[in-house]
Amino acid sequence: MKYSYYPGCTLKTKAKELSDYAVAAAKVLGVELEEIKDWQCCGGVYSTSKDEIASKLSSVRALAQARDEGHDLMTLCSACHNVIKRVNEDMRGDENFRTKANNYMAPDMEYHGEANVVHYLEMLRDVVGFDEIKKKVVNPLTGRKIGAYYGCLLLRPGKVMEFDDPENPQILEDFIRAIGATPVLFEQRNECCGGYMTLNDKELAQKRSTAVVDSAVRNEADCLITACPLCRYNLEVNSETKLPVIYFTELLAEALGIKEVK
Amino acid sequence: MQKIGVFVCWCGSNIAATVDVAAVAEAVKGEPGVVFATDYQYMCSEGGQSLIKETIKEQGLTGVVICSCSPRMHEATFRKTVEAAGINPYMLEIANIREQCSWIHKNKEEGTEKAIILAKAAVAKLNLNTPLIAGESRVVKRALVIGGGIAGIQTALDIAEAGYEVDIVEKQPTIGGKMTQIDKTFPTLDCAACILTPKMVDAAQSEKINIYSYSEVEKVSGFVGNFSVTIKKKPRYVNSDLCTGCGACMEKCPSKKTPNEFNMGLDNRTAIYIPFAQAIPKVPVIDTAACLHFKTGKCGICQKTCSANAIDFDQKEELITKEYGAIVVATGFNPLKPTKFDEYQYNQCADVVTSLEFERLMNAAGPTKGVLLRPSDQSHPKKIVFVQCVGSRGQSCRDHSYCSKICCMYTAKHAMLVRDKYPDTDVTVFYIDVRTPGKNFDEFYRRAVEEYGVHYIKGMVGKVEQVDGSLKVQASDLLSNDQMVLDADMVVLATAVEPDPTAKSLATMLTASIDTNNFFTEAHPKLRPVESPTAGVYLSGVCQGPKDIPETVAQGSACAAKVIGLLAKDKLLSNPCVAHSDELLCNGCSTCANVCAYGAIDYVDKEVNDHGKREVRHIAVVNEAVCQGCGACTVTCPSGAMDLKGFANRQIMAEVDAICK
Amino acid sequence: MSLNTKIDTETIERISGVNTRKCMKCGKCSATCPAFHEMDFHPHQFVAMVEKGDIEPLMKSKSIWNCLTCFACVQRCPRDVEPAKLVEAIRQAVIRQAGENHLKAEQIPEMLDSELPQQAIVSAFRKYKK
Repeated sequence: MKYSYYPGCTLKTKAKELSDYAVAAAKVLGVELEEIKDWQCCGGVYSTSKDEIASKLSSVRALAQARDEGHDLMTLCSACHNVIKRVNEDMRGDENFRTKANNYMAPDMEYHGEANVVHYLEMLRDVVGFDEIKKKVVNPLTGRKIGAYYGCLLLRPGKVMEFDDPENPQILEDFIRAIGATPVLFEQRNECCGGYMTLNDKELAQKRSTAVVDSAVRNEADCLITACPLCRYNLEVNSETKLPVIYFTELLAEALGIKEVK
Repeated sequence: MQKIGVFVCWCGSNIAATVDVAAVAEAVKGEPGVVFATDYQYMCSEGGQSLIKETIKEQGLTGVVICSCSPRMHEATFRKTVEAAGINPYMLEIANIREQCSWIHKNKEEGTEKAIILAKAAVAKLNLNTPLIAGESRVVKRALVIGGGIAGIQTALDIAEAGYEVDIVEKQPTIGGKMTQIDKTFPTLDCAACILTPKMVDAAQSEKINIYSYSEVEKVSGFVGNFSVTIKKKPRYVNSDLCTGCGACMEKCPSKKTPNEFNMGLDNRTAIYIPFAQAIPKVPVIDTAACLHFKTGKCGICQKTCSANAIDFDQKEELITKEYGAIVVATGFNPLKPTKFDEYQYNQCADVVTSLEFERLMNAAGPTKGVLLRPSDQSHPKKIVFVQCVGSRGQSCRDHSYCSKICCMYTAKHAMLVRDKYPDTDVTVFYIDVRTPGKNFDEFYRRAVEEYGVHYIKGMVGKVEQVDGSLKVQASDLLSNDQMVLDADMVVLATAVEPDPTAKSLATMLTASIDTNNFFTEAHPKLRPVESPTAGVYLSGVCQGPKDIPETVAQGSACAAKVIGLLAKDKLLSNPCVAHSDELLCNGCSTCANVCAYGAIDYVDKEVNDHGKREVRHIAVVNEAVCQGCGACTVTCPSGAMDLKGFANRQIMAEVDAICK
Repeated sequence: MSLNTKIDTETIERISGVNTRKCMKCGKCSATCPAFHEMDFHPHQFVAMVEKGDIEPLMKSKSIWNCLTCFACVQRCPRDVEPAKLVEAIRQAVIRQAGENHLKAEQIPEMLDSELPQQAIVSAFRKYKK
């Protein structure tokens, strides 16, 4: 199985390990991730405004390129996934937006929503299968009590993201079980970490991230996993309560016995 | 040549405001066969009907066209009118110039033009009409009630009271339905069991009522007055004739870990079980998924214990086919299971319960013997939060669009009962609107607030969290424009009413219609509320829409009155507009029989005389009593042998020609 | 140059794609909003005030900058009204005007720490700057 891979800007710098472990683990699982050429930043947040066109074009270009390469477009960072998936939905369902966006595109890049956007976790669940992953685990993380932090971007809005039940998601918990560890459910797992608010109202970001970590601590998690560099930053740096926060791909690599190889 | 009279109705201003009725009358005067045309203010009034009758006599009319409202409204009225004046009732045609014309047009010129076309089409058809005589069919003097809750029981009791036989089919091991699970009833707070169980006993003891419990409807055929229904009796693995209901088998059963459905899974039951003490029939069933004998082939303790020798592991499912004159749907509801509303933590937290679960926790026959204890640690809750409208009144994929109607009242009841029994418990209700239309309903709600001190806060709950064994409820207080966090020991979700999941397949079997929410559709929302659009199929209780107990009982009785009216008839006039096959054209291909939804077409080998050539042919014959006149066979027949009386192909073509002229 | 607040309901509804008349005033949005206490006008007020055409106070509010765009209100609104889209539309109506950027590039260096992912900066610019 081969995917056109969209890493996103942060995964090339501050969150390099999120991506590196993902690519290495995919190889073990028989999945090839081929980075698309000349990708541009997704913009970080999706604007719901109907007349906001230009800021969504980088996503359209990535989508068109995946289409041309004949693969599904794979994302890993929650924010990139949210933005690109929603832009794709607009390209499919919003004719006005589609027409305007295509007016900006190079003539040979015209795009109508042909590509599918797949998050790395969806690939693990739907293509590889957690049972299959379980079989490939050489280093089960037995005894680890892990809180899965979904945040908002993977799940919402549910009718576009179609990722999992937005109020009671299971995909990361199933992932945690597959790598031999014990999932810890906590109420704030699908509430906001504070996101970009760290640059506008630091106190609010601190309040949010502390609420998330407190909730995980109360439910006796000994670490948190996430798919988003900004979530990780907030939960690590802004939270007043401290708990290790790890990218889920790092744990996957560890369980598959390839963490040191990279 | 026909002598046709055309009568154009104003319907007050309903038609006359958008259609020039005099112009319509004038325009049809030159049509073939038309000898008279006029307009009148209200054709359906006594004056209007007299005008028709007098004109028939004066002009010697052979047929009548009435340009008025939909034939669904007054076709029957006008058929009687013309019949009274000596014309065959099928020599009447209605041109619908109201629903299909005046009501949908704004421009009078366009409306008038269309009305004229519709009138001309009706005249063209009438020229080809022939008198038809309605046949008769018998009425089986027995009714079937599907569902044995309070609705079905009430309907059955009332039908039995009138002297007719009634069968109740109930899929659960006992009759009684949801009302058996309820503790007290609003607005009088009388005990549900105390008022329901005597009715259950009455039904069981009635000579006219036969209860098929643990049974389901498998197949329905036939038509009004003459339904044939196959009922599947699921095996109980207990012989009802021998069982004394002593309960020794249940005491000895070693498989005790199955969630007890009657108590909403709040405690466990044995594999062989009677749902509750007052069950009818009081005969246990064996849950084969839990029974050790069925799972492993070992055990059999119940069989050894039973002194009546009633345990029968070899019992098989039984199919019973019976005839009925009328069928009543009383399949009721289920409360929504709020698995998709996990901002309330229903899936994660035992102390977040639904209202029906809360009923069981308050009920003397419930898992806590009526002592309110929270499920997680069996402690007395000191603070309870109720959340209304969970899954009702929404547009999102997890919500139903309708108001479930009963939640405001049962929540007020719960709140009041808690405050009455445990005055030290603090009770808060989060609401969007408090809806209390009903006799003594608003007074009841006000008493909850003013006398019992229940806190009502306008706003919804956004999130529930568990913190150190207690719940934090984050909610809106809209009137204070505040977001509050309230401590609670329990949260109770007033979940939406949903039609029973069997509704959809049952509706298909009955050819009755259901709406987008799977509630059964009534024949007319105001004037025929207990009849389905399918003749002989009636609706009782919540299967038709959310209702409280008094409304359900009232509708159950209304439904019985309609059934009794049908069963009291010895014969039914059947619709003469049925299909018939031209034996000279039929080639016996079976295409018509394959499309017939009513099983009305049979094949016979018959000697026919085809222009002097006598031979035996395999040909279609329509059972006129069963045919519903839908016309599917006529359009399917490749040789043009099938035709519909009253709507013959050439009549329809004449209409089309008139419209296209 | 001062903020032009002459913006009508129709414009906000068009930009946001929200039909405020679908609201049944249940308050679920404000019940679930994690930034509620950092807002001067709350999600349910955005819906009610846009419907009324009372948009100027919203344009001048702290709320448009403090909305986390977490979509809790969008996800949980039982009527699919989606209040966050109104907040976004009003924020857009402000930052698209000259001189109304809420975050300027010059402010960024002093906010940086070694851990901060650039995703945060990009997102904040998208939210606060034309």
